[in-house]
Amino acid sequence: MEYSKDFLLNLYSTMVLIRNFELMAEKLFLEGELPGFIHLYIGEEAIATGAIANLRKDDFITSTHRGHGHMIAKGADINRMMAELYGKETGYCKGKGGSMHIADFSLGVLGANGVVGGGLPIAVGAGLGIKMKKSDQIVVAFFGDGASNTGAFHESLNFAAIYKLPVIFVLENNMFASTASTRETTAIENISDRAVAYGIPGITIDGNDVIAVYETTQEMVKRARNSGGPSLIETKTYRIKGHFVGDPELYRNKKEVEEFWLNEPIKKFEKRLEREKILNGTEKKNIWESAQKKIKEAVIFAKESPIPDGKDALTDLFIHDSGYDY
Amino acid sequence: MREITFAEALGEAILEEMEKDPAIFTYGEDIAKQGGIFGAYKSLLGKFPDRIFDTPISEEVIYGSALGAALVGMKPIVEFHFADFLFTGIQSITLQIEKIRYMTGGQGKLHLLLRGPDGISNSAAAQHSECIETIFMHVPGIKVIIPSTPYDVKGLIKKALQEDDPVICFEHKMLYRIKGPVPEEDYTIPFGIAEVKREGNDVTVVTISRMVHESLKAAEELKNDGISAEIIDLRTLVPWDKKTVIESVKKTNHLVVAHETWKRAGWGAEITSVVQEEAFDYLDAPIIRVGAKNVPMPFAANLQDFVTPNYKDVIEAVKQILR
Repeated sequence: MEYSKDFLLNLYSTMVLIRNFELMAEKLFLEGELPGFIHLYIGEEAIATGAIANLRKDDFITSTHRGHGHMIAKGADINRMMAELYGKETGYCKGKGGSMHIADFSLGVLGANGVVGGGLPIAVGAGLGIKMKKSDQIVVAFFGDGASNTGAFHESLNFAAIYKLPVIFVLENNMFASTASTRETTAIENISDRAVAYGIPGITIDGNDVIAVYETTQEMVKRARNSGGPSLIETKTYRIKGHFVGDPELYRNKKEVEEFWLNEPIKKFEKRLEREKILNGTEKKNIWESAQKKIKEAVIFAKESPIPDGKDALTDLFIHDSGYDY
Repeated sequence: MREITFAEALGEAILEEMEKDPAIFTYGEDIAKQGGIFGAYKSLLGKFPDRIFDTPISEEVIYGSALGAALVGMKPIVEFHFADFLFTGIQSITLQIEKIRYMTGGQGKLHLLLRGPDGISNSAAAQHSECIETIFMHVPGIKVIIPSTPYDVKGLIKKALQEDDPVICFEHKMLYRIKGPVPEEDYTIPFGIAEVKREGNDVTVVTISRMVHESLKAAEELKNDGISAEIIDLRTLVPWDKKTVIESVKKTNHLVVAHETWKRAGWGAEITSVVQEEAFDYLDAPIIRVGAKNVPMPFAANLQDFVTPNYKDVIEAVKQILR
């Protein structure tokens, strides 16, 4: 398919913004600036970017513990994201969630999720709600190869299939579930084969090719919007970084990681854009610098933001806080 | 006033709210065609075929999907079939439903109701008899209601369906067929307001659900021995009506807490602890708890009877405390 220069450069810019957010998060965490756990999306940017480029603002996504990329691709405010990583009052969750629980319901982001597979039933429920409302919105559920071995995955695909819910299950197979290699924890080569068991389309694609992700998702989005029901897209990628920042990575050798760096999605897309004369050196420099500037500003915003008031720990559990003894 | 069963009152509450609010829909196992294992949905049979449906036996996605549907603005009511099977989908409740609002900094309204049967019945044994309300009182993030009468189930369910927070309702299997007065006109019962079912001066018995009826029976017998017992039905555990309980204890100076769930670390321990923290000086004797013995529910009728508390255990506890 032919795409406009603007469209392609937008995809590229989103991927670059995600990459820079993650590089900064990694740096800040290693410097001891950020508490908690950080799971980086580095090397997987093409999936969130390509898939979400098909969505409307009023469509929904569910995300994972490795969720920064999904948030950014859906249009999240990176200042509020960074502030949440810092546990600040101005963060998306007012410091109550942190990296693993960032959400913006107004953007249709129904939450990152600290439970592997935890977002899948929620995505299915969003699809069910949409069907009950008779709206044409859709849901994209991002999850990993680890989640594909949970009961929630199997229950969710079956449930979505029987009610023909508008849910696209986007499996990010990054070859690792925490420290466990997918090859050792999953008996089949392509996890999308499991779609057959639920009577829905299943397809495996290169998750490092943003255009392939875009085009495949587009087809499934069209299907879902026209009441055709759910589908499973397995995007094959590689988790270049550890499970979390600071992971000693005893379970794999460095050489394997170096080999996969050669096929990382941003370089791969750059090569194509340069070959097609869509991206030149100046434009590339501008896009990277612009992303880095935004990230730096986000860090300043986060650092300058106040920490939450201690007493605020007792708010937000129920809508009307007063009158209930926690 | 007309008398209807607990199940009929429940059905009326759901039906009336569904008629008012098109966002409400309800699903679960064995409800749409069969009306529920214990007939809770019998009065809904044939009504709203698009908004009442049966699901596969997939509890994790049943409970989790209620959350997703609530997040996109719908108001799901999910039946949990047996309280025991809350455990088969527990992550969707304790890790998702109960936490999402808090961990996202208070985003969104979660208008969802989980409801279904709990407690003993006719030899249902270990995996179909549990009372596990304490767990949901313990993990913060869901309101817990446990009605004991047709009047209360209607009023509390209607209130739950107007709440913007998640609610879980436990309905004792042996209560579905009991009859009681329920007015025709619309009403709701606020959460956190206990009902003094019977006034008394010598001892306070705090209880819920089936044990309300056992405690009332106990009070009637105790009267013959010249003992005046005050019976308080908490009706909701999150929030629970501390004020009414403490006021009563200040009057009677004696407290028994009676529940069907296990005595060990059952919610009675929480009530006991709060009362001794806040009204210690008013107590004339140690607080006594009545609860199930700390084993899974056995099958044989005599074994089930041995494990499960009833009115005789309440009488014994009251006599012990007043000794």
